[in-house]
Amino acid sequence: MTFSQKNIISIKDFSKKDIKYILRVAERMEPIARSKETSNLLYGKILGMLFYEPSTRTKLSFETGMKRLGGNVIGFTEAAGSSMTKGENLADTARMVGEYADSIVIRHEMEGAARYVSDLVDVPVINAGDGAGQHPTQTLLDLYTIKRIFGKIKNLNIALIGDLKYGRTVHSLAYALALFNVKMSFVSPKELKMPDEIVHDLNKIDVVARETENIHDVLDKVDVLYVTRIQKERFPDPEEYQKIKGAYLINSELLKGTDLIVMHPLPRVDEIAYDVDSTPNSKYFEQAFYGVPVRMALLKSII
Amino acid sequence: MNKSAKLPRELKVKPIKNGTVIDHISANRALNVLKILGLPNDKSKVTIAMNVLSSQMKNKDIVKIENRELDPQEVDKIALIAPNATINIIRDYDIVEKGKVQLMDEINDILKCPNPNCITNTSEPVNSKFYVINKKAIILRCYFCDRIIDEKSIEFRI
Ligand SMILES: [Zn+2]
Repeated sequence: MTFSQKNIISIKDFSKKDIKYILRVAERMEPIARSKETSNLLYGKILGMLFYEPSTRTKLSFETGMKRLGGNVIGFTEAAGSSMTKGENLADTARMVGEYADSIVIRHEMEGAARYVSDLVDVPVINAGDGAGQHPTQTLLDLYTIKRIFGKIKNLNIALIGDLKYGRTVHSLAYALALFNVKMSFVSPKELKMPDEIVHDLNKIDVVARETENIHDVLDKVDVLYVTRIQKERFPDPEEYQKIKGAYLINSELLKGTDLIVMHPLPRVDEIAYDVDSTPNSKYFEQAFYGVPVRMALLKSII
Repeated sequence: MNKSAKLPRELKVKPIKNGTVIDHISANRALNVLKILGLPNDKSKVTIAMNVLSSQMKNKDIVKIENRELDPQEVDKIALIAPNATINIIRDYDIVEKGKVQLMDEINDILKCPNPNCITNTSEPVNSKFYVINKKAIILRCYFCDRIIDEKSIEFRI
């Protein structure tokens, strides 16, 4: 495999073969991530972390992954909303860190920031989220979670639920799932439907997703409910928002009698009731953990 | 008053001795073509005709530039905003070269990304870059933010 020195910017840069390779490596990383084995694969290597936006989960999982492999991290996290206001531009900071570190992880609120940095530095760059743009490591860990739980991805029935219009994770995930011939359903209020471009792109590769506003249309058919948050700001009318929120709430009552799994990119607010946490359906904490072996697999492969 | 003597004379654009005639420019795009070519400047004499009747299109613009022959890269840029334009290189009143413009696969620097959250719309030292996805009905994709733009939303950088 030719992953050495490769930039990880968008899931669209990955072929199905690439994805399967990373998922296989992630499986080998799992005992190390769980501290059942130790590793010095990246001993002496340094990961530079440029977090222009706080993202505790993503940052900690990269840090954990790098350290579990015997490497080290440098970098910073800017407080919410403070970036771009002070001093040095992104280009200069990235070039400097590119000289210090063996790879760079960047999270930034501007779309295309990671691609931009990858053109400026000689070390491989990982995109840890660029605004409403791409977040490829999230997609990979989502796929890994599905594969770990079902032993496969192919032919599963997967519903993406919630804000499908603005949620970048569901856009990348839909694209990646399409590579694996899954049966997809898009469940959302009509105001937050999957954008036409994406549906069109999927149709072009002969993937037809079922679209509905009603969660009950899919409940008894799906293996995976992938839940995303519907933000209040999307609805000017607070009453309308309350209604929508109620219609898309996932609770243990709703899941009773099903054996589907519930996934969520986290953090959740109130779209999944706490009473789901203790059901066998809930897999979102496990999913969050899988961020570590998947990011280890990427780090090991590119550095 | 003698009527026939006062008939309005047709405005004729004088032929040029040496230079380039860009014909069949989409109507009202002539000024954008000049912008792409860095015109007007002190050296070149430029004649513009805008919104004139054409046999092939409804209306068209024409630009004549004296003493300048366009290089292929400039021609490529023109293709973006005037996909039907023809380029005539004139030497000693003769057309020595005649060709249609052609769109490149990649467009660098000259366009602005319409996505306000694109990294190219910050103070970072970065040039815009678009891939041409469709050449017939122009569709471009921003290399940085993936935003898809069509002909209507094409906007030039200053
Ligand atoms: Zn852009």
